[in-house]
Amino acid sequence: MVDNPVVRNPGEGARVKLDGLVRMFGHTRALDGFSISIEPGEFVALLGPSGCGKTTALRVLAGFESLDSGSVVVDGKDLSQVRAQKRDMGMVFQSYSLFPNMNALNNVAYGLRMRRQRPGPRKAKASQLLELVGLADQASKYPHQMSGGQQQRVALARALAVEPRVLLLDEPLSALDAKVRAELRDEIRALQTRLAITTVFVTHDQEEALSMADRVCVMSAGRNVQTATPVTLYERPATAFVAEFVGVSSRLPVERIGDEIVVFGERCAVRGAEQAISSGTLDALLRPEDVAIEVDPSAKEFVTHRNFLGASTRLIVQVGEISIRVDVRSDLAAELEPGTRVRPKVVSRDVLVAPRMNVSVADVSANGHPAHV
Amino acid sequence: MASLVADIAAEDVLAAPDIPCVRRRRLLTRFRYWRGIVLLIAAAYFLIPLYAGLRFSFQNDYGHWSLYAVKALPAQTGFGAAFFLSLRLGAVTLGLVLVLMVPTAIYVHLKLPRVRRLMDFVTILPIVIPPIVLILGILHAAPLWLRASPYLLSLAYVILSYPFVYRSLDAGLSAIDLRTLVEASRSLGGSFVRTLLHVLIPNLRSALVSATVLTLALVLGEFTMAQLDLWTTLPVWIYQFQQDDAHVATAAAMLTLVGTWLLLTVIVLLDRSQSRRAVRQGLR
Repeated sequence: MVDNPVVRNPGEGARVKLDGLVRMFGHTRALDGFSISIEPGEFVALLGPSGCGKTTALRVLAGFESLDSGSVVVDGKDLSQVRAQKRDMGMVFQSYSLFPNMNALNNVAYGLRMRRQRPGPRKAKASQLLELVGLADQASKYPHQMSGGQQQRVALARALAVEPRVLLLDEPLSALDAKVRAELRDEIRALQTRLAITTVFVTHDQEEALSMADRVCVMSAGRNVQTATPVTLYERPATAFVAEFVGVSSRLPVERIGDEIVVFGERCAVRGAEQAISSGTLDALLRPEDVAIEVDPSAKEFVTHRNFLGASTRLIVQVGEISIRVDVRSDLAAELEPGTRVRPKVVSRDVLVAPRMNVSVADVSANGHPAHV
Repeated sequence: MASLVADIAAEDVLAAPDIPCVRRRRLLTRFRYWRGIVLLIAAAYFLIPLYAGLRFSFQNDYGHWSLYAVKALPAQTGFGAAFFLSLRLGAVTLGLVLVLMVPTAIYVHLKLPRVRRLMDFVTILPIVIPPIVLILGILHAAPLWLRASPYLLSLAYVILSYPFVYRSLDAGLSAIDLRTLVEASRSLGGSFVRTLLHVLIPNLRSALVSATVLTLALVLGEFTMAQLDLWTTLPVWIYQFQQDDAHVATAAAMLTLVGTWLLLTVIVLLDRSQSRRAVRQGLR
């Protein structure tokens, strides 16, 4: 463990409030009344499909984009009109952003130099930061002499060196290969927890968001659709859009009987709010783990595809005109070749529902319009 | 350029699958042969006038080898003044054009990418408009106090050097991730000026060196504008002195050429040693 001046006590991070952010690019509303409150020391991920406004929201917070309306408040102070260099935020970018003319140590020390700290103390602190990200031996290396993972670590150290009030991460892992990405993901989370720094992380990778963040904000069309813990988001999605964007789900038209629905000929309870089934026709949103199958030569349903995922195998099962995804243990999937007739069954306690849609799941995810459950 | 074209053509010949192997080798040999000839012609085009100039500089009136022209040169009336005027104009032009173009090129790349095509067009205009037209216009339009100063020429040279300086900077800026570097610096507390000094200029060094080299070469060799503005810069002095002693004037022209080359070599070497030092120690 490094004795580091940047380490804070939990709860010492800044409180961030983005309120009613509107940002237009020509006729496009990149942000359309986006609001979120972030607690001190919290790690929040902004998650959404391409063009949902997540990066714009982060850039507005950093001060790189101006606002058409709304406010950015950090620790009770409105920063909407404050320039980026005065906002006291550290940012790690998607593309490698180290200054090519400086070695790792001078890159990390850059922010302190801009704050006119003397060479001695700033180099000492930069060394400590490099040690913190495990690159003490790379201090004299130039960016072109380092790997992508090392460069992003230095970028993280550089952002932390100025002891920012908020740490902003703009898809910092997306340019890295899978193994380095997984390692760095864990390291960033561990470091963030230790430094107790309020962090906003932008990603389009739901696995990254769910595994790293305290809370995940799902965005669509410039709005905050739902902000919740990863577990709540997965189990109690507020809208069909969230249910379909976070995790995998298959839409299946279902009948309604009283407070329950009928899936595969059996009655099931509805997950979440009761008013969900108060009106209209419904689709069930089935997670792959909600459904089990058994071989039945007399059944109408059959397996069309089989994808090996390691411990589990994902099957695509044809149910009438609809395809649904079902996960089974890989050792049990050997006999389930494409063409095998199977009988599906709901095994979870309850299932998610959404108003009936006459489009495929892929279309729903692509156009990103939320439909309230 | 010619050898590059020949290389590409030779590769095409090698890559073409339907040409038999022996024929292909013969074609390749013929391309190499032509490549040598083109290179030779190009070299002759540049070297023969240079050789003629040098030989004339080291001859006396009777056609014998002699150092008299080179020895007599510094003592000639007006040579020193013309030489230092050219140097002063070079320095002032370079300062002005860099102060003007570096922030402009950065601003256009950063904030107005759509204006880049317009900039390309505007900065190419000085090549399309003959210097004689430009200087006559300037002489008519400039106020009297400015017309009385040699530095009016610097203002005109700034315009003449636009195409070279803007293109060097444009290429340099396109080679770096400008937006990310600027935003990284800003998020760390860097103002625009400090970002320029500590991040952008060091990363644009090659572009700045080539802009410097081209601007100085242009100013030290410009004749038409200086002649019409009635200032005796080095090229004007050479032209005038030619009537007195052609050998000395040619020696001066050769000296300008060698001097420019030396200056450029010094600049390039300084740049290289600086980058090597930067790699060794890291820039502070």
